[in-house]
Amino acid sequence: MRITQGAFSFLPDLSDEQIRAQIDYALRQGWALAVEFTEDPHPRNTYWEMWGMPMFDVQDAAAVLYEVNACRRAYPGRYIRLNAFDATRGFETVRLSFIVQRPEQEPHFELTRSEGPGRRVRYSMRTIGAGRG
Amino acid sequence: MQPTGQEQSAQGVDLQALLAEARVNEVLEQLDAELVGLAPVKQRVREISAFLLVARAREMLGIQSETPSMHMCFTGNPGTGKTTVATRMADILQRLGCIRRSSVVAVTRDDLVGQYIGHTAPKTKEVLKRAMGGVLFIDEAYYLYRPENERDYGQEAIEILLQVMEANRSDLVVILAGYKERMQTFFSANPGVYSRIAHHIDFPDYSAAELLQIAEIMAQRMRYRFDDESRATMQRYIQRRIRRPNFSNARSIRNALDRARLRQANRLFECAAAGERTRAEELTLIHAQDLLASRVFRGDAE
Repeated sequence: MRITQGAFSFLPDLSDEQIRAQIDYALRQGWALAVEFTEDPHPRNTYWEMWGMPMFDVQDAAAVLYEVNACRRAYPGRYIRLNAFDATRGFETVRLSFIVQRPEQEPHFELTRSEGPGRRVRYSMRTIGAGRG
Repeated sequence: MQPTGQEQSAQGVDLQALLAEARVNEVLEQLDAELVGLAPVKQRVREISAFLLVARAREMLGIQSETPSMHMCFTGNPGTGKTTVATRMADILQRLGCIRRSSVVAVTRDDLVGQYIGHTAPKTKEVLKRAMGGVLFIDEAYYLYRPENERDYGQEAIEILLQVMEANRSDLVVILAGYKERMQTFFSANPGVYSRIAHHIDFPDYSAAELLQIAEIMAQRMRYRFDDESRATMQRYIQRRIRRPNFSNARSIRNALDRARLRQANRLFECAAAGERTRAEELTLIHAQDLLASRVFRGDAE
């Protein structure tokens, strides 16, 4: 199942050139980029593993792409995303986030039903097949 | 429709127009005007700009070629203008489309090498990332390599540097700088570094006449002036200073001027205390006695 999270996720995967253009845009806005990766793209898995520190003093897209590629080499079968953090007062949050790598075979989700006290039914979602890639 | 390579080569390119478009001449002229002497350096800078321009023209005509390696090494004694030329070089490289920004990130060993195991690699990478898209200027690069300590982390920094210099050629231009002899020892110990640097530029020492010219330009920039007597004194000062230890070319001249300004201020103050009115031209004049008070002239009587 194709995971649709963050910006551009309904589009075909971005090429490196397109990724570079997006990074350029983010840098022009003065946002700091960070690379993150995960095995489990569960919607509730908000905090992915950090690949190094957010790059606050980087001024060129090449440096960000360099880190993206280093992460791709280290974790070829995982999800990798780029977050662009806006530090301006009032925002202080991620303004742009998009996936730059997905595993060849993406996991899917399963809805599980469990019965609680008083026959109350609880639903939860579980990732199936994560980490196979 | 894109014209094919053949059609274009029939058209040819106007190198002059390309040159004007890149506005490189401005920087070259600025280099000529600002820096006294250094003829071989200026020549090399011209050659490099011509080369890059031709590379650009070739690209426009669709002649395939690899990205030229623009890493450089500036060798020369202290105060010969290595840092200044590096800044200008960044301007030229940016105008010729070799790098994207004309920024220079200047670092030394301390910025690249860590203090404990595992500290160096992230530190070096951090610096490299910060410099990407522009010029990384490594001053006194030979300190990176310490042969007396085989577990020195400098080697690790050199390896990462080489890797990035090779793989990210189009993103980063590295300029190493340092004294000539020590750079040579550094290169003989690290032949990999030597072979990855295309342009080795040697900065010659300034002659006494050039140093005097530099002194005049510096004084002018600080809005001071010499009269005939103090100019002659400056000349004598330079001749003596060159022979003294720790002579560092233009930097020594700058320091001498700074000290002369200090003495001039003091002299004017003493005159004022004696009840004299200070005239405007006195404020800008560096008198011979401001220079004669220098340590360099001491021991003359003997």
